[in-house]
Amino acid sequence: MFKENFKMSWMNLIHNKMRSFLTMLGIVIGVASIIALITIVKGAMDGMTSEFSSFGADKITVQAIGTPLKQGLLDSDIQKLSEIEDVAGVSPTLTGNTTVVYNGNEKKDVFVQGKNDVYFSKTKDLVETGRGINILDIDSENKVCLIGANIAEELFWGEDPIGKKMLVAGVTYTVIGTLHESSSFSDSSNNDAVIIPYTTSMSLLGTGYINNVDVFMSDANDSEKITSDIEAVLNQAFNYNKDGFTIINMQDMLSSINRVTTMMSLMLGGIASISLIVGGIGIMNMMLVSVTERTTEIGLRKALGAEPKRIQQQFLLEAVFLSLFGGTIGLLLGALIAYAVCFLIGASFALSVFTVVLAFGFSAAIGIIFGIAPARKASKLNPIDALRSV
Amino acid sequence: MCGQILNMTQITKTYVMGEEEQVVLNNINLTVNKGDFVAILGPSGSGKSTLMNIIGCLDSPTSGDYYLSNQKVDELDEASLAAIRNKEVGFIFQQFQLLPRLNAIQNVELPLVYARVQEKDRKQRAREMLGRVGLGEKLQNRPNQLSGGQQQRVAIARAMVTNPTILLADEPTGALDQKTGQQIMELFHELHEEGKTIIMITHDIEIAKNASRIVRILDGKLREEFTYV
Repeated sequence: MFKENFKMSWMNLIHNKMRSFLTMLGIVIGVASIIALITIVKGAMDGMTSEFSSFGADKITVQAIGTPLKQGLLDSDIQKLSEIEDVAGVSPTLTGNTTVVYNGNEKKDVFVQGKNDVYFSKTKDLVETGRGINILDIDSENKVCLIGANIAEELFWGEDPIGKKMLVAGVTYTVIGTLHESSSFSDSSNNDAVIIPYTTSMSLLGTGYINNVDVFMSDANDSEKITSDIEAVLNQAFNYNKDGFTIINMQDMLSSINRVTTMMSLMLGGIASISLIVGGIGIMNMMLVSVTERTTEIGLRKALGAEPKRIQQQFLLEAVFLSLFGGTIGLLLGALIAYAVCFLIGASFALSVFTVVLAFGFSAAIGIIFGIAPARKASKLNPIDALRSV
Repeated sequence: MCGQILNMTQITKTYVMGEEEQVVLNNINLTVNKGDFVAILGPSGSGKSTLMNIIGCLDSPTSGDYYLSNQKVDELDEASLAAIRNKEVGFIFQQFQLLPRLNAIQNVELPLVYARVQEKDRKQRAREMLGRVGLGEKLQNRPNQLSGGQQQRVAIARAMVTNPTILLADEPTGALDQKTGQQIMELFHELHEEGKTIIMITHDIEIAKNASRIVRILDGKLREEFTYV
């Protein structure tokens, strides 16, 4: 019975090719825009998420401007932070600007960062040549430095800088390494930076205070607990002055990015579904016209013994065919558009199973929702009236 | 009576039009026996179409009892009526009512589709029936590739393919010229001789005379009943 209805529905759609196609177009556009929007947003957001992850999803950043009495964290506070459970290491940062000179070449306003050994062990692809700062450099406040790619180029002119002596703020430092050149925005500042041991940088910058600390976690799943432990240490350090510090949890940021992504997808998907509803109304319209046109046929089928249920099924199948077929074409078209756009904006293209299921589910639902009323109308036609309207 | 296949007692059909009640069929009593060829003769507006609809289970009476093949059909629901129409009644219409997109064999198959007969069996029976009405060579033709008489033959084949209890023909020659109409009547005679029960509705006394029995209907009443031959 189903097979026969299937055939009849199909024959009818084939017979009205142009009309079927135009009716389908609404669904095609609706599904295509949903697929394209969701996929593009997801691609773009995935790119952003991985960019953020490269900052380090396993670290918590502490910014401590301190209080008028204590304008940052002391070495002893850093020590306490590193003693927190599940903390793999703590990397303080001191920053300043100074002048560097090599062989009579001078470069002003160079960004100097004081870092420790943890920073070098925890950050990937940091050192291009030479070595990073180690624990000995920290403990003995060695006057050693690593230089960014731009500094190396501008001051050394292609000469190998390793082992060379240069002046940083008038003091002689030995270059122990060069930093990996990076184009991504996350650490492009390194290209123009000079990195020295943070203990050394304290005397260079004339301060005992540390305003920036990265706390590395051994297990990112514990971020909540570790964050509260950090907060406890900082509260103690700054006498419960909440304005003195900010804790930035990458994990939190990632999840809020994910929330934004989901919301964006839903919102855009919602807007696109409006066109799907319009497409559904188009199907309903055509089905109603079709029922009216085929009144005699319906009457005859009933006279020949077709039950109302069967007539309803036949018309409903037509509507579902239209929307599913439209949905398939829309899916292909949407994927194609998304692929093209992702390629153009350099985002990663990934068509999720969820999206495909969503597209099919949506179009089948549209077919049923908007097909049921015309199908019921057809099934309820009185065969006498239907046969009379010749 | 053992040969009795259709029995109507005191069938009344009224339509309410606003305040007024219009009686279309008034106390109709009709009995048809197996193998009868009955003509129901009446002018337009006499109620003969309504009577035909009730006989064909397309409509139900306001009151009265109607038995078809020993089943009381006046109180059945839509789905059961559909089954009765499929099994017991073979409709033949004035305008043939063939589906234009289907060929002869597919048109004849249609009632068997609704009777849930398997496809192979269906085709076989449709082919045989088309052969029986003399269209064995036109199986693949669509209605627009057939003459009026041929189309009516396809319709007759369609009506007979389920082997129904009655053939119910509504002005079967109304859309045909006289010569073709006469050929269709000859086919009816043959079917009658084979033992088919035929009920034919017409306004034309000459066509009615083909039947073995004529029932006149006027203003909703069966006025007289007499038998030719």
